[in-house]
Amino acid sequence: MGKPNDLVQGTLDLLILRTLSPQPMHGWAIAKRIQQLSCEVLQVQQGSLYPALHRLEQQGWIEAKWAESETGRQAKFYSLTAAGRGQMEKETANWNRLSAAIDLIVTEA
Amino acid sequence: MRWLMQLRMRIQMLFQRGKAGARLDEELRFHLEQQIAENIAAGMNAEEARFAALRAFGNPALLREQARAAWSWTWLELLWRDVCYGARTLKRSPGFAAIAILVMALGIGANVAMFTVVRSVLLKPLPFEEPERLVALYEYSSDDQFPYNDIAGGVFAEWRKQNRSFSNLALLGEAQLNLSGAAGQFPERLRGAGCTWNLLSTLGVKPALGRDFTAADDQLSANGTVLLSWGLWKRRFGGDPAILNQTINLNRQSYTVIGIMPAWFAYPDSSTQLWTPIYHDKLAQTMAALDSHMFQSVGRLKPGITAAQGVAELSVITRRLHDQHLDDPFIGKAANIHPLLEGMVGDMKGPLYVLFAATGCVLLIACLNVANLLVARATARRKELAIRAALGGGRLRLLRERLMESFLLSAAGGAFGLLLAYGAVQWLAHTRQDISRIEAIHIDGVVALFTVGLIVLCALFAGLIASWTARDKRLLVSLQDSARGSSGGHAHTGLRRALLAVEVGLTVVLLVAAGLLLKSYARLRSSDMGCDTQNVLTMHLYLFGGRYSEPAQLVNFYSALLTRVRSLPGVEAAGFVEAVPGQGYWEDEGFAVVEHPPLPQGQLQYAVLRGADPGYFAAMGIPMLRGHTFDANRRLGQANQTVISESFAKQYFPGEDPLGKHLRTLGAHTYEIVGVVGDTRYSVAEDPKPMQYYPLFAGLWNNGTLFIRSGHNVEQLSLPVQRIVQELDRDLPVSDVLTMDQLLGKSTLDASFDATLLAGFAALSLLLAGVGLFGVLSYIVAQRTSEIGIRMALGAQREQVLRMMLLDGLRPALFGLAFGLVISVGVARLIRSMLYGTRPLDPAVFAAVAATLLLVAALACMVPAWRASRLDPMQALRTE
Repeated sequence: MGKPNDLVQGTLDLLILRTLSPQPMHGWAIAKRIQQLSCEVLQVQQGSLYPALHRLEQQGWIEAKWAESETGRQAKFYSLTAAGRGQMEKETANWNRLSAAIDLIVTEA
Repeated sequence: MRWLMQLRMRIQMLFQRGKAGARLDEELRFHLEQQIAENIAAGMNAEEARFAALRAFGNPALLREQARAAWSWTWLELLWRDVCYGARTLKRSPGFAAIAILVMALGIGANVAMFTVVRSVLLKPLPFEEPERLVALYEYSSDDQFPYNDIAGGVFAEWRKQNRSFSNLALLGEAQLNLSGAAGQFPERLRGAGCTWNLLSTLGVKPALGRDFTAADDQLSANGTVLLSWGLWKRRFGGDPAILNQTINLNRQSYTVIGIMPAWFAYPDSSTQLWTPIYHDKLAQTMAALDSHMFQSVGRLKPGITAAQGVAELSVITRRLHDQHLDDPFIGKAANIHPLLEGMVGDMKGPLYVLFAATGCVLLIACLNVANLLVARATARRKELAIRAALGGGRLRLLRERLMESFLLSAAGGAFGLLLAYGAVQWLAHTRQDISRIEAIHIDGVVALFTVGLIVLCALFAGLIASWTARDKRLLVSLQDSARGSSGGHAHTGLRRALLAVEVGLTVVLLVAAGLLLKSYARLRSSDMGCDTQNVLTMHLYLFGGRYSEPAQLVNFYSALLTRVRSLPGVEAAGFVEAVPGQGYWEDEGFAVVEHPPLPQGQLQYAVLRGADPGYFAAMGIPMLRGHTFDANRRLGQANQTVISESFAKQYFPGEDPLGKHLRTLGAHTYEIVGVVGDTRYSVAEDPKPMQYYPLFAGLWNNGTLFIRSGHNVEQLSLPVQRIVQELDRDLPVSDVLTMDQLLGKSTLDASFDATLLAGFAALSLLLAGVGLFGVLSYIVAQRTSEIGIRMALGAQREQVLRMMLLDGLRPALFGLAFGLVISVGVARLIRSMLYGTRPLDPAVFAAVAATLLLVAALACMVPAWRASRLDPMQALRTE
């Protein structure tokens, strides 16, 4: 019943934003892409993508449009907004700072 | 721009939830089907593919909820669900809902109505410019009897000349104006105000039409000018702006209408319909007198000057005048001050707050009652709630549901209450036109907000008390308890009893307050006026203008009037006096007894004064104790006799025979005392004061009350008598045609109003408390049915059962009574100033209240207790 905690949630947001940055995609494709790009390391529970997507949409980082998918069915395609792009840069910088710091601790100590 | 997008999303989500839900389902289904297709492509069979896809996806129902939660309107959805659920539960017991809503409506309605009145009359700032700088001014009389005395014209003139604290000082006095009828209209008596030309600029008000007075208007030599009230303009002049610069006849002098006041303007009170310049109307001599107290004053403090500084300066000026004229003890020795609002409504403050407090009590009782009903329901539903909690229902969730129920009740109650309040306020504004500023009363946004606040407060109060019982942590106990009920849920009645005790206590307080006020009122109405008030009709006359400029003309009019009225068939007696008993203080006059040594300097001697015709005492039924009345043949200069009242004789002629002694008035006339009459009261609520009567036929009074006594149906004589007045003077209006009973009733309106309202509230609370007692005991009886059955089976007598149950029900009532009586002692002291001839701790009232309450409590408990004693033990044991 528990909701993903802040760290994971924030990370998931970043993953989604990055995944969407080259082109609009629907939810299933996003899940696939995250799995692929991370060489199957990140096993995101596919469904938990949707609450995150809806939240990002509500916040105006991404917007959605219904369009025909590659199989000919109607699917909801998400794309990055201008504000979302800014947010992505910010979160990426944040992430870099954080992971570098953790990296430092893990290797030095 | 992001916020714009967010806003759009939110609105979209609010109004298109259904569609968005369907779309979400579609989106999730698409994902799953995509995954299944991929799994099948990877070689799984259909079922395997489906399970694998679901495994990778997670719980769709839960994820769907989480996605919906992101839409940020979930709370609204849940709230709506609670509302629906609450409404459904209430609908299942419509009787309970109706009673609770009615109780809440009465409580909230009464409070909203009183709040509206208190706010409009006492709290709202006056509608003038910077009202906090406006003050009402008074003189402080040199004998300390009148700390807020009217102002003398001469003193005001000095204040205006010498002060540096006020940017503006205005004077005003009451004016009775006879408006002559033009073109077939009736003449009419109007209440007006004479004011200095700067009154409106002091208040910061401008006429709605036309112009304000100028300094040039406000002098004896100027032409008459007048400002009309909006109401008078509409009513009498058809709201025609052409009336501006026309002349009208007031007291047979012509006045030019220079302006119309705005409709809201009601100063000094709402009955004032005309304003005229005071220095134009009054004699120079009156305006210069230092000891003739007849005016009010309003001042505007300069910025940065406090009221205390202002009054200190005026006091110095007054004191100087006082010291310069030590031979005249009637000059005030200091000034006094009130904020203007206080000066206008100060006397209403106590009664209004008492009534407001009473309605507060009624609401509290209503809440307690509803809480009590809710507790009963909560107890009945304990098992259901325990099951829900056992199945994982969140505690907060359940609490919210309970609160929602009480919220729905008080919201519905509040809506009805607002309607009730609207009616009550209309009624109040209609019946209590004597309260100043009452005309400004209406229900507005602040009142609506107050209502909402009240609703929330009541809902929380009643709901939280009720939830207190549902808070039981021991689920199992709840589930097991009363599974095979012996005396189940006994502990749960404890709270209800405590609530009842509080309710009864509050009721006792209300009953005591109402009882004290009712007794005061009864005392007031039965107070001995000192005369015969049965079958007496009074009407007021004001003789003004050229036809009555000479005393002889006045005397001729009075004597002709009395002769003709007395000869009218049906008239038993008639008389003319300045003011009949109960009509008010009217005027007093200083005097010296010629035969006594002169008073030491600075000491004063005065008494209420009345001009009366020789037949007055006999006609009014005032006993002539010694001597005789004025000689009817002595008129004008020769009318030099006076009659004094009994208490006058006692106070100023102790151990002496007053007859044959002489009084010299301040006007240096000397009168011989020819008679002593019984005491009368000038006001119902005041003990008799010494009075001196002077002959009407001296020709010194141009106004007063004509009264007629008849054997029966005295009102019938009203028209014939008015016709006689019309025949004597076509332009003379008659006003205030009232029987003596009506007149006295009017002066006790306050007391009767307060007492009646409070009695109504007390009766309502008594009813609620009775219903509460009945409900609780019935419930206890139902709960203990099998216990009673066992007792009976073991040999308990029916009387024993009856006594046991009765005591059980009466115990909270007794606690409440004791606690209420203690509180009442304090409350009675608080309302002491509203009592008349009644001690705050009046034993009769307290005893009557205790008896009434016990009687009602016993009656309320009797039915369930009797029912318990009639139980058939076999049946009772079988009940489950």
